[in-house]
Amino acid sequence: MAAVTAVAGAGRRRRTAALRWSVLVLLGAFFLLPLLAMLDFSTKGPGGGRTLTAWREIGRDTELLRAIAASLELSVLTAVLMLVLLVPTMTWVHLRLPRVRRLIEALCLLPLVIPAIVLVVGIASLYSWVTYYLGDSPLTLTFVYVVLVLPYAYRAVESGLSAVDLKTLSEAARSLGASWTTVFLRVVLPNVRSAVLSAGLLSVALVLGEFTIASLLNFQTLQVGIALTGKRDAGLSIAVSLAALVLAFVLLLLVSLFAGRRRGARAVEPLQTVPPAAAAPAVSG
Amino acid sequence: MRAGSGTAAPVRRGLGRLAADHLAVLPFLAFVAVFLLWPTLTVIGGAFSADDGGLTLSNLTGIFRSPYRESFVRSIQLSAITAVVGAVLGAALAWAVVAGRPDGLLRRVVTSAAGVMAQFGGVTLAFAFLATVGFEGLVTVFLRDRGVNLFAGGAWIFELPGLVLVYSYFQIPLMVIVFLPALDGLRPQWREASESLGGTGWTYLRLVAGPLLAPAFLGSLLLLFANAFSAYATAAALISQGATIVPLQIRALQTGEVILGQQGLGKALGLGMVVVVAVVMTLYALLQRRTSRWLR
Repeated sequence: MAAVTAVAGAGRRRRTAALRWSVLVLLGAFFLLPLLAMLDFSTKGPGGGRTLTAWREIGRDTELLRAIAASLELSVLTAVLMLVLLVPTMTWVHLRLPRVRRLIEALCLLPLVIPAIVLVVGIASLYSWVTYYLGDSPLTLTFVYVVLVLPYAYRAVESGLSAVDLKTLSEAARSLGASWTTVFLRVVLPNVRSAVLSAGLLSVALVLGEFTIASLLNFQTLQVGIALTGKRDAGLSIAVSLAALVLAFVLLLLVSLFAGRRRGARAVEPLQTVPPAAAAPAVSG
Repeated sequence: MRAGSGTAAPVRRGLGRLAADHLAVLPFLAFVAVFLLWPTLTVIGGAFSADDGGLTLSNLTGIFRSPYRESFVRSIQLSAITAVVGAVLGAALAWAVVAGRPDGLLRRVVTSAAGVMAQFGGVTLAFAFLATVGFEGLVTVFLRDRGVNLFAGGAWIFELPGLVLVYSYFQIPLMVIVFLPALDGLRPQWREASESLGGTGWTYLRLVAGPLLAPAFLGSLLLLFANAFSAYATAAALISQGATIVPLQIRALQTGEVILGQQGLGKALGLGMVVVVAVVMTLYALLQRRTSRWLR
């Protein structure tokens, strides 16, 4: 009897393994095919030969390079402004103003129900003022991008702050005579370092991938640059797209390997430090 | 000590401190008011105002007329189809991944790739799609050499079927990201308990894993719907002319010459999108609360 069950169990396990691998292979092919096609398309030479012209062009296209630089600067500025606004405020609310916690949460999560394409409709007139006062630089996008990353950053920081006993720590520090600034910089921040780091990385990733708002407010960023390039040089735009995808993948994989090693056995998905609720609505696609 | 003033002073100091406490969150609130609340109110207000500034409902009734009604229908179709396709295939992929080691390379590679596709894809996915099944794409040329015309039925890649296919490339990965934690929450002991009571794999699926995962699955389905419904970049990069779905209608209104009487229309379309997403996300939050009861 027991032997029969064991045999049946082994058979089922084999069937499960077979099903599992066929799912992996089929979906793997589905996702690898476009990457292969991009590699093929971007190296197509005249008369059926192979050429790296499109790839070399990435380094020569000054307009594209400017857009890439703007996106990198934007991603850093956004992460910094977001952290400066969010982390002290949320810490303060945790410690002293538990009553406004719901309000802050609601405000931070509000962008989740406002698609970027709608936000841009509402913010267009405001941005004519912003560019009037601050100039026509793509870096002015920082303000609206902070709004865009707010839900994701909020969840990351919130999970960090809830994980430590802030009240006891800060009371201990205060009773030893520390000022609030000292409490924040030397007690709170070191305890939520990894949450702050993941909120920052998340913002960087979201800003580098953002297209909707930049494109409709007519600013040249990485994604807008790729889209515009597509209109004049398909090979170049596909080469840049592939490069961007592969770079982003390598970056995320490194972050996951690094985070995984530091936190021991528990696997950490880089973009998953944010609970699923915050996943993609505002940005992807 | 000083009985007389002893009560008044702490109260006054208390009030002052309370005010100071609230002052600290003021910069954040001011920023959010200007860059989030003001634009939101602009959209809502604009949806109800006529070009001369008066109150009107004609913008809102306008979105229920052609061609905007059709766009809403197509947007909802696109989101529903890709949510179902993404949820089913994504759940299958998540299941195949979760059976391996939690810190294994397979899982890291899949989750990183899913993160890139789901959150960073956008414009790049549109070009990936063109390189694959565009007019000179890899698959197109491969099939053409064998006598099969991929475009016999018209330029479908720029219409709803094309959008369904390209949206799957970020919907499936998003499902993997949001569904993996739920699968992780299933404890092996539950399966063992089911087996030791004589349950087959099917019994386990039907009576244990199924009911436990159902709220998470439905929640993910809603999230995927909202995600596809709000998505803009991929469609915008793929379709430069014309407007099949609501976000592209908004683009047409936003970038084109504003025709008299249409200033509020873009905002009304925006408000319509917000209402749809808000309803879906509210349901999602309710399901999420139920999910977290068991799987954490």
